[in-house]
Parts: sequence; C-alpha cells; structure tokens
Amino acid sequence: MSDTPSPPPKIMAAKKMRDLMTTYYLEALSAAQNHRQVAWITSGGPVEPLVAMDIIPVYPENHGAMIGSAKMGEDLCAKAEDMGYSGDLCAYARSDIACAVVKGGPIGGLPKPDMLICCNNICGTVLKWYEIQARYFQVPLFIFDTPVCHTGYTPEIAAYVKTQVNEYIAFLEQVSGKKMDPARMNAVGKLSYEGQRLWQQVLNTTAHKPSPMSAFDAFFFLALIVTLRGTQIAVDFYKELIAELEQRIKDGIGVVPDETYRLLWDNLPVWHRLKWLSDRFSAHQACLVADTYTSAWCGALKYMDENNFLDSMAEAYTRIYLNIGVDEMAEEVLKMIRFYDIHGLVMHSNRSCKPYSFGQMDIMRIVREKTGIPVLMIEADMVDPRSFSESQIETRIDAFMEIVKHKAGRS
Amino acid sequence: MKEIKRFHEAASQLADTAARIRRTGRKIIGYPCSYAPEELIHAAGCHPMRLFSSGHGIVQAENHLQSYCCSVVRGILEDSLAGRLDFLDGTMFPHTCDSMQRLSDIWRMNGAYEFFADLALPAKLNTPNSAVYMESVLARCKADLETALKISITDADLAASIALFNRIRTHLSTIHDFYSRHPGQIRGSDMNALVKGAMIMDRDEAAALLADVAASLRHMPVPDTPVTRVVLSGSVCDIPDLFDAVEAAGGAVVGDDLCTGQRWFDGQVAEDQPPLTALANRYRERVICPSKHAGLTTRADHLISLVNKTRAHGVLFVMLKFCDPHAFDYPYLKECLDAKGIRSMALEMDEGYRNQGQFSTRIETFIHML
Repeated sequence: MSDTPSPPPKIMAAKKMRDLMTTYYLEALSAAQNHRQVAWITSGGPVEPLVAMDIIPVYPENHGAMIGSAKMGEDLCAKAEDMGYSGDLCAYARSDIACAVVKGGPIGGLPKPDMLICCNNICGTVLKWYEIQARYFQVPLFIFDTPVCHTGYTPEIAAYVKTQVNEYIAFLEQVSGKKMDPARMNAVGKLSYEGQRLWQQVLNTTAHKPSPMSAFDAFFFLALIVTLRGTQIAVDFYKELIAELEQRIKDGIGVVPDETYRLLWDNLPVWHRLKWLSDRFSAHQACLVADTYTSAWCGALKYMDENNFLDSMAEAYTRIYLNIGVDEMAEEVLKMIRFYDIHGLVMHSNRSCKPYSFGQMDIMRIVREKTGIPVLMIEADMVDPRSFSESQIETRIDAFMEIVKHKAGRS
Repeated sequence: MKEIKRFHEAASQLADTAARIRRTGRKIIGYPCSYAPEELIHAAGCHPMRLFSSGHGIVQAENHLQSYCCSVVRGILEDSLAGRLDFLDGTMFPHTCDSMQRLSDIWRMNGAYEFFADLALPAKLNTPNSAVYMESVLARCKADLETALKISITDADLAASIALFNRIRTHLSTIHDFYSRHPGQIRGSDMNALVKGAMIMDRDEAAALLADVAASLRHMPVPDTPVTRVVLSGSVCDIPDLFDAVEAAGGAVVGDDLCTGQRWFDGQVAEDQPPLTALANRYRERVICPSKHAGLTTRADHLISLVNKTRAHGVLFVMLKFCDPHAFDYPYLKECLDAKGIRSMALEMDEGYRNQGQFSTRIETFIHML
C-alpha cells in the first residue's frame, strides 16, 4: 500500500463543458458571417432578453478569466498601462481594453460587438469600462442601472429598475430591428430559472463529506451559467453534472484525498494560480468546498418568479451579492459556513475588485466573532500576476493551516 | 484679506468651527461627496459639512480598508475612528464610486453617530426615468431626516435654503471669475480655501463673507504680470501647496474640473420649480463626476470648453492614487486634449501628497513647457 492516496478520478463532465464553450465561442466569433448580432454584457447583467432575441451575448469578464487562466494577463495589462491606464485599475478591464486593440489573448480577441449592455450591479468599474468600449467600437451602450441596496430594496429602487426593463427591451428592439416575442421571453426566463436552480444544486453537492468537487471545479463549471444562462444547453449540462457528482457521492469519491478540513473561499479566483493554490491546500488535506463568488449566479433565485421572469428580474438582478451591504454579505458568509460545515475562511483581497474587497476586513471580524474559525487573507489579483508573492502566500497558507488543524483537533 | 483668513481657519480649526455651529443649535451632518443635497440638510435645521481627510497617518482604518483604497476614503474613516469627527451628529453617503459605497457600509456598521443615511443615487443621469428616480431618492432623504429629527421640512424651508446656497454659489462664481480673469489678484490657495471653507463653515456666515470678498475684489488693482494659465482636472484637490507650486513656476490655476471646485459651485438650483424637482435637476445637470454617466463625451466636451473659456495653456490632471473613475477617464481625456493641441500632464497623488517637494519640480517643468 502506498502512503500517498491515489488521485481521485477526474470529473468527466469537464470535457463536455470545454466542448460546449468552444462551440459557443466559435459561434460568437462567426456571428457576423451568419448575420447575427453580438452584444457584450457584464457578468451580472440581465442576459435573458438577449437570448430571447437571438442576439449572441459575449462576456468580457469571462474572457478576462480566460486571459488570467492562460497566464496572458501580465502582457495585456502592461499594454493597457502603455495606453495610459493606471496599473491600479481592474485587470479584467485593463486586459479587455488592451485586447480589443491588439486582438490578443487566448482566442485572438472577442468578436466585435453590435451593442454593449452594462449592468452596474457588480461595480462602478464596468460603467467606465463600457464607456471606453462604446467609444472605441462606436456602438450603442445600454446602462442597466441597479442602485446599491445598502440596507434593503426600497420602493424607489424597485420602481426605477422596473422602468429600465422596458427601456432595455425597447433598446434591443431598436438596435436589432426586431420585436421581442413574449412567449419566447417566457421560455428563456424559465430556462434561466431552471439553470440557476440546477447550478445551486451543483454547488450544494459539496456539503457532502467528502466533497465530490471543490471551489476550483466550481470556478470552471461556472462558465456555462454565466455565458449560456437561459438556454437548454446549460440546463442539460448541469443535470448531467449533478448526476455525475451524485454518483461520486454514492461511491464515496472526494476531490481531495483524505479530506479532513473544509474551507470557504471569498472573492474572485486567482485565475493564474488555480492549480498552485489547489495543490497547496490539498497538501494539507484541505478542500475549498465552497466560495462566495460562484453562488452569485443563483443567490438571487429567491427573488425570481419563473412564471413572471421579466417582472421579477428587476429585483433579482439588483439584489445580487455584490450589490448589497457588507453586513448582509457577512450574513451570507455565515450561512455558507454553517451549511458547508467550514473549518476556515480564505479571503482573497483582490486588488482588481474594490467592491468585493473593501468590507472584507469587517466580514473577517464578524466571522471570527460569530464562529471562532480562523480566517486567512491573501493579497493578490485575479488576472495580473505581478501582485502575487508566491513564497509569502505559501508561508501564510502553511501557518493558517496549522491553526485550522489545531482548532479542528480541539473541537 | 481678513475675510479670506476666516475661510482658512474654518477648515484648519475644524473642531472650533464645529463647536461654534453646535452652539447655534444646529446638528452637524457630514458627507464625503459633492452630490450630497446640502440644501435639504440645511432645510432640516442641520448644518451640512463636507468631510475631508485631515491627512493624519492611517492607523485604525488599516483594520477596515486595504492599502489599495484611496487616501480620501481611508483618511476620512481614520478621522472618524480616531475621534476627530466626534462633533458630528450624523453622516450622509451619496452613492458615487465603489470605494465610497463600501466606506458607507463600514461606517454604518461601526457607526458612532446618531443619524445615518445612504443616498442610492442613480449612476445614469440622462434618462427621464433616472430623473424621476433622482427626485424620489431626495424625497426619501427628506422623509428620513424628518423622521429622525421629528420635524417637518416645508417647501418654504427648502426654498429658503436653496436661495442661500444659490447665493454662496453665485458669490463663489463671481470671485472665481475675477480670479480666473485676473490671476494674481488673489492666490490659488486662497481661492481653494474659500471653496473648502464654504463647504465647512456656517452657511449664513459664508454667504456674507463671500459677498464682502466679491465686493472687495471689484476695487482691487488688477495685476498685469503675464502668467501661464492652467486648468486642473481631478477629484478632490485639497492641497494648497499645489497652487503655490503652480504660481511659483509662473503659472496660475484659472479653472478646474474638481469636486472641490467648480463642479460644486458652478450653476444654480432653479428657484421657480418645486424645490425637490429643482434639486434633482441640479444634481443631474451639474458638471458631472466620472462615477456618473450622462453620455460618452460629456467630460471631454466640458474640459475642452473650460480650457477655451479660460484661455488656458494646459491641463494638469491631479490624479488621486486608486481613484478608479478618474483613472479610467484619463487616457480618453488626454487623447481629446492632444487632438486639440492642448498640452497636459498627470500628477499622481498618494497619501504623502502633502509634501510639496514631490511634485513641485514636475509642475515647474510642465509650466515652463507650456
């Protein structure tokens, strides 16, 4: 018998998802030849009306994640800095702005947009970023303005966002020269709801011990709920993934051999160091079973009415994780700690994402006070590797895991 | 001019200023941004006070905000946590940038003051629906103040406050116009102090003193030394040394696109409209902050027109480090200026920006180049 446990079998659905994403990008890149329109949209934006109108949605943020994973972030960010953009700005924005000009990155740049849809429920950065791209590509920009719900969803916010759903549809009808078909919109709304419900179910599987997948897998499988939300493809894929994960649970397969410690990740992934981080934690028998990031694409389900999608969409898109107060975010983190039975919280203080990162220190304090679990904060950047100090972070992870082990051993 | 000295003192001796205001019975409501509806706060019988970072070192705010947060946001939080703002009765946070958004949450969660309000302002200002929403946010703000203070704010109260703030804006515009047309008549650091002081001190006092300053300027001799005329563009510029450095190099700041400058005092609130509608219109139509949207070329159009109007030779961008909205706009604004043959330079300010030596050489080089 070997001392080191053999690695668990890979999740088979991964290959299928890669194929689906390739097909999706090929379709998007050949949109012009096929006389289809392309809309660039923010990751948290209301995509369903686009799908219903047969406009291909493209996500610069997903592209940013691909650039990060392909370790092409540094060059593109540096290029943006040469163009005059500060190195302190969001690396998704910097790499996308540069990529539009140099046609670089893993797929040679995104297809040229016919329109831009910017929903500021995730940050104010997207507003500036999309203004820049609207000037560069000289295409119409629609801003879906979702005021921040610091302490709740006020009647004023509700009324304002609802009026914009109509403005949005009118904008799409004007730019595409087509009328929206309400029956098709309803069908897409139902598929979106179903896709998000299934995505939540995928994430829920990791409550099982040992966890059949990790947050690192969730970062990967997330791509479909972001890019193909509202389609049958996403629904079918997640059903298959759930079946596979449930089989792994039945077979007792954990993604981390001898999973002993369960951790929660906060903030966007460090795309250029996923494997490295995964290996570091696995070496301590620690599995990052959940994260606050991927659940953003199902966290607002409670506000969504699948039979009345357009009306409920306003609230659901306004009350997403990043558009609420830090205290409400802390409540969400506490719920996840309980649900997934977490031993430690790892916070990525992400120089690229101020609305996600500012407030983390208060969440850290609340988590410590309410649960007593250890919290590690590592400073990095989701795409730009220049802010990543490998040796320092490794030392900190080791020290953190010592505390996690000590605390878990005592309890 | 002794009147100007009062404005310098109002800001430098903040605790004394606040104590005097409190003795008048007005509660003090602080806010960190020029989109706060000061007229509404004033009409509620309170004193609106813009918060600036005092520039003390960051100690306690380190426990709440990371190092890549701008010095204005970290500095204001530090002042609060260190007790330097204990005179406040409340605070109001209009929504602008991501950092201010989170400062509001952190402030509320660690709150030390009686009154707190968020103003979830629209980011998009150029649609009819956002105009309706803007007014509804102000109406909610009014209702929040009324509930918290157990008062009722009448249209007459609001109209009186609007008239007072319009007087302040008119006087500042008049003074600024003199200052811009006749550089050297008053110093840039004095102009800066008048604006800053008018955001801090009792507004009746500010209006009266500004009227005196405006009247005195009419009788002052007009300097005839030629100067290099510069426009400033940025967010908060609370650095008297910067104006001194420009002047020492033979230049003068003749106009600005700053939230501690013309963005705040240019234009009026209409007095012939229902007061809340008029206020909403003012905050939608005033010179825009880059965290808001009113079109794709609004800021560049304004900056170029400002340069033309003031016959400026160049533009100095005063960029606060980690200020995302301004950093995103900078390459485009520079490109537009370049296309018009207008020279510019960007100066990045960090927490140590109060040290004049760090930027005076660069300013001197820039002015000489123009």
